[in-house]
Amino acid sequence: MPEMTLIEAVRQGLDEELARDERVFITGEDVGKRGGVFRATLGLFDKYGPNRIIDSPLAELSIIGIGIGAALYGMRPVCEIQFADFIHPAFNQIVNEAAKMYYRSDGTWLVPLTIRAPYGGGIGGGLYHSQSVEAFFTHVPGLKVVIPSNPYDAKGLLKSAVRDPNPVLFFEPKKGYRLIKGEVPEGDYTVPIGPARVSREGHDLTVFAYGMMHYYALKAAETVAAEGIDVEVVDLRTLLPVDRAAITASVRKTGKALIVYEDNLTMGYGAEVAAVLADEAFPYLDAPVKRLAAPDVPAVPFSHALQDWFMPNADKIITAIRELAAF
Amino acid sequence: MPTNVIMPQLGESVVEGTVSKWLKEEGDSVTEFEPLLEVNTDKVDTEVPAPASGVVLKLLVPAGTTVKAGALIAVIGQPGEAPDAAPTSAASGNGHHTPAPTQTAKRDLGFISPVVAKLADEYKVDLHQIKGTGTGGRITKKDVLAYVEREKEREKAPAKAEVPAWEQVGDGDLFRPTELQFAKPAPPEPVVEAQPVRAPAPPRPGSPLPGEDFIPVEGMRKLIAEHMVRSKHTSPHVTTVFEADMSRVMAHLDKNKDQFARDGVTLTLTAYFISAMVAALKAVPIVNSQWAEDKIILKREINIGMAVALDEGLIVPVIKHADEKSLLGLAREINDLAKRARAKALRPDEITGGTFTLTNHGVSGSLLATPIINQPQTGILGAGLVQKRVVVTSDDAIAIRPMVYLTLTFDHRILDGAVADRFMAKVKATLENWG
Repeated sequence: MPEMTLIEAVRQGLDEELARDERVFITGEDVGKRGGVFRATLGLFDKYGPNRIIDSPLAELSIIGIGIGAALYGMRPVCEIQFADFIHPAFNQIVNEAAKMYYRSDGTWLVPLTIRAPYGGGIGGGLYHSQSVEAFFTHVPGLKVVIPSNPYDAKGLLKSAVRDPNPVLFFEPKKGYRLIKGEVPEGDYTVPIGPARVSREGHDLTVFAYGMMHYYALKAAETVAAEGIDVEVVDLRTLLPVDRAAITASVRKTGKALIVYEDNLTMGYGAEVAAVLADEAFPYLDAPVKRLAAPDVPAVPFSHALQDWFMPNADKIITAIRELAAF
Repeated sequence: MPTNVIMPQLGESVVEGTVSKWLKEEGDSVTEFEPLLEVNTDKVDTEVPAPASGVVLKLLVPAGTTVKAGALIAVIGQPGEAPDAAPTSAASGNGHHTPAPTQTAKRDLGFISPVVAKLADEYKVDLHQIKGTGTGGRITKKDVLAYVEREKEREKAPAKAEVPAWEQVGDGDLFRPTELQFAKPAPPEPVVEAQPVRAPAPPRPGSPLPGEDFIPVEGMRKLIAEHMVRSKHTSPHVTTVFEADMSRVMAHLDKNKDQFARDGVTLTLTAYFISAMVAALKAVPIVNSQWAEDKIILKREINIGMAVALDEGLIVPVIKHADEKSLLGLAREINDLAKRARAKALRPDEITGGTFTLTNHGVSGSLLATPIINQPQTGILGAGLVQKRVVVTSDDAIAIRPMVYLTLTFDHRILDGAVADRFMAKVKATLENWG
């Protein structure tokens, strides 16, 4: 199996879906000739032409609005929001239209829309190029929210997203685009939207993470293994719908949970995981459920020193694991 | 809200501390971080700062009392406030008697997590029987499961030791046969048991008489006692004494220790002794053996045990294949094993499989000793203090030389004096002709 980067897996997934289904098209800022600012669509314009790889105006509301309209008419649009930070102008379209269409049309109109957006900090992007926005959308019934942590899942989940009859937000950890590598099979396969994955088995405590933080969580688990702390790591990968069974099953075994996410702590995705555990795994808890997340400041700072202070990383996870293991 | 003052854990392995002096009295006001009391432990003496500002509402432990780390020792709060409702863990005392918190029958269990409560109920376990290893001595899920597992084992094999041998590394001792420590079944008793020369004194019941104190014999002390007696009863011990001139070794050591230090290795005399022992064991292989009643088992591997003194006793890590190692390799391994022995970080396979043992008792100033054999080996070499002495040289001159007494205690069932002395002559010659 060829090894590739996360961004290459995204590109291959898009390429294969474009080839597989004529209804699939891509639109977004600079996705055409330029191949996207992160090169996710590089070469696709030359291969599939201007009718299927469409450069959009700098107007996110319009990108998503066009996507919803096309989806209602049977197309399979893949809309790219250049940075997740820019998704907010399209919030109304996503939440009021895409998410609710099926419900308010009594199941007669489907919105098979995929929205791709690179998210996350730690890349010196400052206020407008570092945000984590998943928690806004995981609150909205009618949407699916997916965040892959590795190339295999990136390709497989993206294909599932394109084929899903519902609107799917597909957030890609941009710091991991070229940092995270892995084996990806040639050709068609899918990873189902929904199930979380135990990426490392352990008995002492569970670390829940997704995207870039999952990468760090695995590194941290390896480090503390040498100290005799046996950590289970769960890659949540589909944030909505919530895989309650997987979350609960792991903590029933380990009794301790640490949830890591790079979004602001309060009301972040970890709050829901903690609530699921309090609700469904209470008799199995051996320690308070802990969250490790970014502090509640308005944005990822531009200064590198402050960015480091802001971002969770492997060292911070190791410290949190040690404390929880000792409890 | 009142703030609890707990006995801090002053170091990795320090589990209890003694309140040597209270710096505040009940009713005194105190500010956060102001010294509140003095504590001493076996490792450190220190002041403990107040964790909060307010008034000392209650001192729960009189000065001079030793309590476990994590025990509640005082309460700080606002004037007039009642101290916490149930500060029972450390001292139930009214100050008139000395509490013995480490032995209280019904201690405060601290925080019980949902899963611990659930497991205790499922397995019908009395949590007071379980020693907590979590924060502040909290009983963790692991503690309960380990306890249940141990109880199950105990029911299955009532005769077996409660704690596996490899978890008793800290209690390991020089004279405990490694086979006993790690092989499962105890060796069968010999058919004809040797009559003890004198019946051991029966245990004396009752309390100490005036002028006496009782020290309970348990744990490591008991093991040492048992295996000392066993070794003496097993092998007819004979000790032979040699003296070696260490001039060449000392010169070599002085010349090379900086070079070794650059490689991160502290060169000590132990490395030279082991090196000389290896040469002698190769020259006289019968010394590297074991008695097995109808045969003598000759050991081809040369694995040298070296006794390392711990605060609470002795342990004998083993340098495997010592004959395949250079002086640098030996010194490096000696450093590593000794360091980890003191940190109690040896692995079980590092204290087994020895074929011969060195006790370098000279490090504590001893000139000459007659060590007891580390069963089931054939011999043990004791090295004394290297000391400058006046000697008469071969050309009848009087000289000052660094000298050492070397003793070999051997099993006379296997070796006779002449063979043992041939071994010792080789050790001596190797040291004296070093370089």
